[in-house]
Amino acid sequence: MIMRRASFLIIVVALALLPVLWPDPYLLSVVAAAGIMIIAAISLNLLLGFTGQLSLGHAAFFGIGAYTSALLSLGFDVDLGFSSPLVVEPKPVWVAFAGGIVMASLFGWLLGKVAFRVRGAYFVIVTISFAQVMRMVALNWVDLTEGPMALVSIPPLSLWVPGDGVVRLVSKAATYWLVLAAGVLAYVIVANLVRSRIGRAAIALRENEVLAKSIGIPVTRCLIVFSVLSAGIAGAAGGLYAHTVRIIDPDVFLFIYTITMVIMVVAGGKGTLAGPVVGGLIFGLLPEVLRGMVAPEVQWMIYGALMILILLFMPKGIVPAFGRVLKRRKISVRRRPSASQGASS
Amino acid sequence: MDQFLQHLVNGTVLGATYALLGIGLTLIFGIMKVVNFAHGELYAFGAYVAYALVSLLQMDYFVALVLAAGLGLLLGAAIEFLLLRRCRLENIDEVMLIMIGVMIIMQNAELLAWGGVAKVVPTPFPQESIIVGGIYLSPTRLFVLGAAIVLLLAFYLVIERSRLGLAMRATFQDEDAARIVGVNVSRIYTLTFGLGSSLAAITGALLAPVFVVTPTMGDLASLKAFAIVILGGLGNIRGAALGGFALALIEEFGAAYISTAYRDAIGFLVILVVMIARPQGLFAAKERVG
Repeated sequence: MIMRRASFLIIVVALALLPVLWPDPYLLSVVAAAGIMIIAAISLNLLLGFTGQLSLGHAAFFGIGAYTSALLSLGFDVDLGFSSPLVVEPKPVWVAFAGGIVMASLFGWLLGKVAFRVRGAYFVIVTISFAQVMRMVALNWVDLTEGPMALVSIPPLSLWVPGDGVVRLVSKAATYWLVLAAGVLAYVIVANLVRSRIGRAAIALRENEVLAKSIGIPVTRCLIVFSVLSAGIAGAAGGLYAHTVRIIDPDVFLFIYTITMVIMVVAGGKGTLAGPVVGGLIFGLLPEVLRGMVAPEVQWMIYGALMILILLFMPKGIVPAFGRVLKRRKISVRRRPSASQGASS
Repeated sequence: MDQFLQHLVNGTVLGATYALLGIGLTLIFGIMKVVNFAHGELYAFGAYVAYALVSLLQMDYFVALVLAAGLGLLLGAAIEFLLLRRCRLENIDEVMLIMIGVMIIMQNAELLAWGGVAKVVPTPFPQESIIVGGIYLSPTRLFVLGAAIVLLLAFYLVIERSRLGLAMRATFQDEDAARIVGVNVSRIYTLTFGLGSSLAAITGALLAPVFVVTPTMGDLASLKAFAIVILGGLGNIRGAALGGFALALIEEFGAAYISTAYRDAIGFLVILVVMIARPQGLFAAKERVG
């Protein structure tokens, strides 16, 4: 356990030093962009990996977080059919960011309520439909979202730094550190969650839902808790995207982004903590590697082919495959409570 | 009133093609328990076959239709034979993800081969609409309706009256029992996937002269096909046929009387509402959920 925590810290410190050791703005922005997708993948892993529910509407939470955070920070007025339009003044950026997380969590709760009435193929189709409806709303509710014209000039996040006062986080290095900090936070939250009581309950229900129910696990409540948290983290990733890229359009809701997150989780290893990070680094950086070599269509075809090959020949993903070599233990129901308390303290 | 009838007619024409798309998808799900995310791509494939043969090679449209169906059958059978056969016993989620991989590859192959610009397939029928009692009927659309109804009937006869259909229904009910009485289940799977794909491809070829052909047309087709089979109940063939007409009419009237912008959102709203109210589908008496 100490080894594990030490190696975690070493990796984090090494990543934090990257802008100092290799201050290439292009590299930093590429890694930061991959980092945002990794946070989204970490959140998807909560549902896909730990509860075993294949949610294919995850881009919706990312988009809801991005749009809510952007709109709150820009301010908006919208006519809802009452006598006077609803006017919202621009809010401080961090308040807007928190608002995005809250809104995404709310939708996570709502979708959980509806979608967890069914399982399997039905669940998948409900989640896809949800994301599609959200995309149509973003595209067509032009009064609020500007539709395909996109939301522009979204303010960046800012931070009070001793000595410098409040700085706007716009430089490549600052963006990189921001994403890294958020990523580490998301990782730690998820790591503690899945080792907690409810996390073990979720894993139990993934393994055998009927059995889990029979020993008194409130299956639906457990799934909804995971759905809310997963949506909240995805919403945070969306907010980060909105305030770092500073322009968003309805394309953030595209199915292909959900698929990118799914590929990251499945390739890395669903149900493992490191899986989405490893898969996310590979599939987040691969486009940059391939960019100069092949057309974007070919790049996507390679993605599709890789996904099929991984599913056929390495269905558990990269991390478990290598973990077996290194004799690392995967988090499973078998982990004793004492070990989990040690991890969460 | 004329307006109403016009929408009714348009909805019915669209509904016949939706029904074709839906029964292909629901057949594959019912027999193989595979949610075929590539279904819309086979629809797009059929449309591109029509484009390549009619617009580029100046072939006869009706020959192109038959070839689209044939090539769709071959492609579907090949996908089943090369990919799905390997993972038949794996869980349903992994098969879904594999089909998403196939979808990504096919869509981008189309984009690479034909570019993003929409293609037009000329219609062999006169352009002027026939006007009957104030309703405009385009000959192309009438042909689409006729062809779709013929295909629906032919499909019904294959399932209900042929030995192949009997073997398919047996596999649908109980795979192991079907195997015991001598059904070659592997072959049924390949044929099922081929047949479903063929239906999608010919639907694409039928609609190519009505709409334009684009690489992303498969996305919406897939998602609408999902809405149709959810309406009818997954695996319920008669339900899918009815669901196709139902979705098209809801869309047509929704677009006409509520909002054109949200036309394509209606299908998904239908899915969400059906899932909340009646998860087994509207037309099913008994159907497993989950």
